[in-house]
Amino acid sequence: MAELVLEFTLNGQPTSCRVPGEARLLDVLRGPCRCTGVKEGCGEGECGACTVLLDGQPVNACLVPAFQVAGRSVETVEALRCDRDPDPELLNRSGVAQCGACTPGVVMMIRWLRRNPHLAAGADLRQLLAGNLCRCTGYDGIVSGAAAALKQAGGQHSDT
Amino acid sequence: MDVTRPTSLDDALETLARRRAVPVAGATDLLVGWHEREHRPEPLLDLSALRAELGGWRLTPDRLELGALCTFWELRCAPQVAAEFPLLPLVAAQVGSVQIQTRGTWAGNVANGSPAADGVAVLMAYDAQVVLASSGGRRTVPLDEFYTGYRRSVRRDDELIVALHVPRRRHLREWFEKVGPRRAQAITKVGAALVQFEQGWRVVANSVAETVRRCRALEAALDAGRRFATPREVQALLAQDISPIDDVRSTARYRGTVLARIIYYWLAQ
Repeated sequence: MAELVLEFTLNGQPTSCRVPGEARLLDVLRGPCRCTGVKEGCGEGECGACTVLLDGQPVNACLVPAFQVAGRSVETVEALRCDRDPDPELLNRSGVAQCGACTPGVVMMIRWLRRNPHLAAGADLRQLLAGNLCRCTGYDGIVSGAAAALKQAGGQHSDT
Repeated sequence: MDVTRPTSLDDALETLARRRAVPVAGATDLLVGWHEREHRPEPLLDLSALRAELGGWRLTPDRLELGALCTFWELRCAPQVAAEFPLLPLVAAQVGSVQIQTRGTWAGNVANGSPAADGVAVLMAYDAQVVLASSGGRRTVPLDEFYTGYRRSVRRDDELIVALHVPRRRHLREWFEKVGPRRAQAITKVGAALVQFEQGWRVVANSVAETVRRCRALEAALDAGRRFATPREVQALLAQDISPIDDVRSTARYRGTVLARIIYYWLAQ
């Protein structure tokens, strides 16, 4: 398997690309798919900068072999362009972004928690977000921004 | 690169019968350093299409059965399992981050064979069994007899771990603790899992020997009802079973001392 023709769903769109057999999901996203919002930090599953949603669950794209993604659904931070997600604005207000390397991963974690409010309810947000390292701001802004986003989601949820 | 992607367990076992291949489940160990490697490892056997046969967990009347593709995250989200085996979700929450837990599997933790494997320590303390399948049939091996040395086990090249079985028994006390450089997302410097059954104690330590290790001398002392006046007495018994080393994460002295202290202070509670 020198090359792999990979078909999967990316941010809601059917996608097909030809990639080296040993490519990681991270390489597929940043290369042929041009989703450069997905950052490579450590490249070994420690920092969470490359967090994307795979079939709705957060994963480190650097630790997913591309061949395991065939037929599955991937969401990256680029999905936010499409649906006017309010999280980035809330995070801006809480002072999260400085260098911005960790932000896309943090945003994807919050997106996942917003969709699964039972996970965040009563849980320690710091623990759920412990896989997203930030080396600029510390974590208070990230956690308070996440809490604000989840509170808003909860409000929306009860309205509908 | 050579990847086989079987669509049934029978196909997977036939592949392994024909040639050696490394089974891949969540790939969280395999892909660390992957892009920097010049030499790709041996042929791979991707299990990700076998979710129907190897995924999930179930409780039978006498045991908890974890499929080979059951992830750490799945057991964090299983209150029924937490009620009976509280150390399983507790340890699952401490393996890497959520992003690792959604991919990493219990069986992969066993197969990878790291002496630092937290999941293995707790499974061993619960007397888990490893179910190995080949095209010739199945056999079950107690987890505490599975390893033969550093990252070596009794699994033959033609065998695949298809399940882990954990017996349902009454636990009187149970505890797991890991010591790492930070509270989250850390590889264990030293760890311990203790379970007291009606039949006796299990004491399992990780990162203090070439495999995750049962500490039988301490188990025997606890079974005999011995009480300890100081951590040093615990350490003397542990020394019969563990052989910690100095490495990039810690030192032998730290590991031996801290293991004895965390166990002593938990027992003293």
